[in-house]
Amino acid sequence: MKRFFIFVGVMLFASASVASDKDLREFIWTNKASFHKSSSKTISPVIDSLLKLNSGGTEKFLLRWLNKELWFRKSDGLVVTAKKLEKKSYKIFDVIDEQLIEVIDKKKIKQIKPNSGVRAIISSALVQFQLLNADPSIRSKTLDSIARKPDERFRVPLRKAIEIENNLKIKNRMIRLEKLLTVRFEKNISQRVEVIRSLKNDLGIDVRGVLNQIIRTALKAEKVIPDNINISQILEPEKGAIDQYDFLETNHSSTIDGSFTDLDAYLMLVKEEKAPEILTQKKLKDILTQQAEIGNIKREEAHSLDSYYKRNSVLNRLIENGKVEPVVSREDMKNIVAQYVFYEEYAESSREVTNAATETLNLINNRVSVFSFVDLILEGLSLASIYFLAAIGLAITFGVMRVINMAHGEFIMMGAYSGYVVQLFVTNYTLSIVIAIPVAFLVTFFAGIVMERLVIKKLYKRPLETLLATFGISIALQQLAKIVFGTQARPLTSPEWLDGALIFNEIISISWIRVAIFVLSIAFTIILIYVLNRTRFGLETRAVTQNPSMAASMGVNPDQINMFTFGLGSGIAGIAGVGIGLYAKVTSELGNDYIVQSFMTVVVGGVGSIWGTLAGATLIGFLQKLIEWFNPSNTLAAQTYMIIFIIIFIQFRPRGIVALRGRAAGD
Amino acid sequence: MNFIKRNQSLNFVIFFFLFSLVVTIASELAMGLFSTSFVKVLGKTMMLCLAAIALDLVWGYCGILSLGHMAFFALGGYLIGMWLMYERTKEIVISAASEQLIPLTPEETKEAIGNQIFGVVGGSDIPIIWIFADSLIIHLLLIVIIPGLLALVFGWLAFRSRVTGVYLSILTQAMTLALSLYLFQNDSGLRGNNGLSGLQNIPGYGNLTQDVISVIFLWLSTFALCCGFYLASIITKSKLGNLLVGIRDDEARVRFLGYNVELYKLLIFVVTAIMAAIAGSLYYPQAGIVNPTELAPIASIYLAVWVSIGGRGKLIGAVLGAAFVSLISSFFTSGQIPNIDFWIININWVDWWLIILGLSFVSITLTTQNGLFGLIEKVKERVINK
Repeated sequence: MKRFFIFVGVMLFASASVASDKDLREFIWTNKASFHKSSSKTISPVIDSLLKLNSGGTEKFLLRWLNKELWFRKSDGLVVTAKKLEKKSYKIFDVIDEQLIEVIDKKKIKQIKPNSGVRAIISSALVQFQLLNADPSIRSKTLDSIARKPDERFRVPLRKAIEIENNLKIKNRMIRLEKLLTVRFEKNISQRVEVIRSLKNDLGIDVRGVLNQIIRTALKAEKVIPDNINISQILEPEKGAIDQYDFLETNHSSTIDGSFTDLDAYLMLVKEEKAPEILTQKKLKDILTQQAEIGNIKREEAHSLDSYYKRNSVLNRLIENGKVEPVVSREDMKNIVAQYVFYEEYAESSREVTNAATETLNLINNRVSVFSFVDLILEGLSLASIYFLAAIGLAITFGVMRVINMAHGEFIMMGAYSGYVVQLFVTNYTLSIVIAIPVAFLVTFFAGIVMERLVIKKLYKRPLETLLATFGISIALQQLAKIVFGTQARPLTSPEWLDGALIFNEIISISWIRVAIFVLSIAFTIILIYVLNRTRFGLETRAVTQNPSMAASMGVNPDQINMFTFGLGSGIAGIAGVGIGLYAKVTSELGNDYIVQSFMTVVVGGVGSIWGTLAGATLIGFLQKLIEWFNPSNTLAAQTYMIIFIIIFIQFRPRGIVALRGRAAGD
Repeated sequence: MNFIKRNQSLNFVIFFFLFSLVVTIASELAMGLFSTSFVKVLGKTMMLCLAAIALDLVWGYCGILSLGHMAFFALGGYLIGMWLMYERTKEIVISAASEQLIPLTPEETKEAIGNQIFGVVGGSDIPIIWIFADSLIIHLLLIVIIPGLLALVFGWLAFRSRVTGVYLSILTQAMTLALSLYLFQNDSGLRGNNGLSGLQNIPGYGNLTQDVISVIFLWLSTFALCCGFYLASIITKSKLGNLLVGIRDDEARVRFLGYNVELYKLLIFVVTAIMAAIAGSLYYPQAGIVNPTELAPIASIYLAVWVSIGGRGKLIGAVLGAAFVSLISSFFTSGQIPNIDFWIININWVDWWLIILGLSFVSITLTTQNGLFGLIEKVKERVINK
């Protein structure tokens, strides 16, 4: 109902000022020549007056023009639309009311093909119609394109569109976009300042972009500062750099960060061709080469010039003999610099606007840094849960049973591939993930049991050899996966409800998959702690780990318990594989990326305790993100420092964060 | 006769001397039976054997399974590679500038070298760590000093806090990973993942062809291997050797007897690290390129695998294992063996070789503690008893 009223309103509003079709037809007729062959330079006024005409058929006409559906009759230049009838004859229609005009030979008409520049102008003219389009997705797309290419001319159509927009989300976007355009293009300064100040709660990167553009400055040098310009600051060149400057150096790394020296000032003047160039080694060599070529330096002497000192003395000699123009001296340089005033000038001419922009930007940046710290914490949490997920199976096989399983990473990989295979058969992604989790558990559970029976059981007394044997299994499994699934990454697609991200504001957001991994980690922690501490099986596991023979004499079968515990650890690694596969690419080397990190997590956390692994993963995850925060460009360095930190950490807490005490500590 | 039987290391030296002699005669310098690249493979294999001896000393005799010795190995390669690459680039730069009227100054030469070497990682300044790159002698010393120092610091930290057994293995693996991740960075000053290349040429001897260089390095490798073996056998036969075996078998008891266990462990760790570094410094000029993948933790595990297959706790076993497995590996992965169609599976040896290696490794670990060498000894015993 609401829609209807708005529609009626629009119609009334439109019909009140709409010119008739007749006027449009007349307009096209009088301007036909501009349509036949248009160039981007000449077409703008035509389109502007076409829009001013404000006829109901304008949008359709523009769309047809854009899509190359317009033709013209060669005899009189009438702009028409055409439809192919037979091989060489076309039906032509009126552009406005689509009445058939005549059937005509193809040679007598010609298609109108606007070039890309003209098409860009047409499509921006179409924006005002598309903003009023009934389809919200088209309105939304139009807003995207305005945001990409902001232009003053969209402001009026945007304001009109805001008045009648009824979709709140789109309306808010429109209002925001209109504000940004106002900030950029408004002529009235007080209005502009007002809008700039109203943006102080907006964290969007586009807002910061627009504001930054306003306060952009350019460094300038003039003898006298011109009147009526908006100056950010006047720079006083720091004296001394010219005196210290060494002409014999190859590199001119004279600039000290954050300071503006007299040498910088002079180099700037050279760039603007306001001062003579200074002598550099490269220039010196060029001069000498040139002089050697014309014979002012003898060949033998030229060949001996293998040091800066020698070259310099030859240059001085040439200057004395008047063969070469003297180079600019330090005193000259200083004098020239003293003649100029150096200042930073805003590109924006209004002082009030730049002040408002600076203040607002400062407010926004303060908020941004607070929020990005919160985001860092979230990211650390997410990384920690990924590490925890990768290490949790190991926390049982290595932590509780003390078996070094180098093939642990391959169990993660097997879990991920199980998920992939399930998805080949079950195409509903939600269902396939639900199925994949138990399937992955079973596959790796049995793989773990088989491995325990065949290999590990025989090596319980020789831990170092377990390491090597399981490594053998690891390379065999990896290669097998490579043969079966190929080297390219296989997708493990997450269900739709895990697409996208949980967005708190422009800065703080986290993808749903990471949230899911976090939830999975929490679930694992609870389940494992329950199993190990509250069930019969857990009790027996702990008993067997602490003292197998004593446990055996109490009627526990250590053999069986070991087998099932190892199976459990492997199975959990499989489920972790499904989780990790959702966020990383599934390749045969998936496990390789996690194995060392996982062992580190368990060792740092404290061997033998699920809480310890949790603590270890938290420490490593947060610390890595923190290091990355200080040096965001370099993840590799962060990992390096992380490992060095771990090595040092173990010095102080050799048994990890959560150290077991008493008998449970084993050795 | 009796003397020859007893003196194992002399036998070893004689064997490898004769071996190198045969290879030299068969090489392209004389008879042309062995290609240059095959001679290089043999030389490289000898250096892997030396690394295996180092690991056997520290693992087989002292019980420290270090997964970091290939990192020291690659570090040795990097250190010699820096000199090789710098001097070689210098030659190129100078010869390119010889056409100009005015010769290059030392500063300009350096700048041009920097551009040549670090252009690939977007730099032109020569990092501070290359400061001695123009001196062979200093770099030869650095091959000993830097890996030795790294092993000293790391070992001191690790042994001091009584990290033993598998924990120590994991810790050494972490060290290797950290080092390789560090070298992967472009701003590490060692050309990131490009590594150092063009190491097969000897600066100053541009007129030597590769077949000559390959034989030179074969003899250098033989010499280094024999020295290494001799040193290792001296250590194992000395009182120190006995002490190491004691530490391996029961560390606490040796400590209670009043020995400073940590000191001995540190000593053997550092000595073997230096051995591995020297081996690497002769290996990579034959390989021609060294990059951070060479440091990946898996390389060190392979080394342990070789020693274990050959038979640890026996120096000959380590040499045997490294030579046997690395040669057979390069044979299988060279693609010379025809593929087999077996039922529905097409057996491509390049792919399947790793599976065979992995599984045979598992079975050797399970069945025999002494590896191939143990197997040979057993057969010998049977034959003699019969």
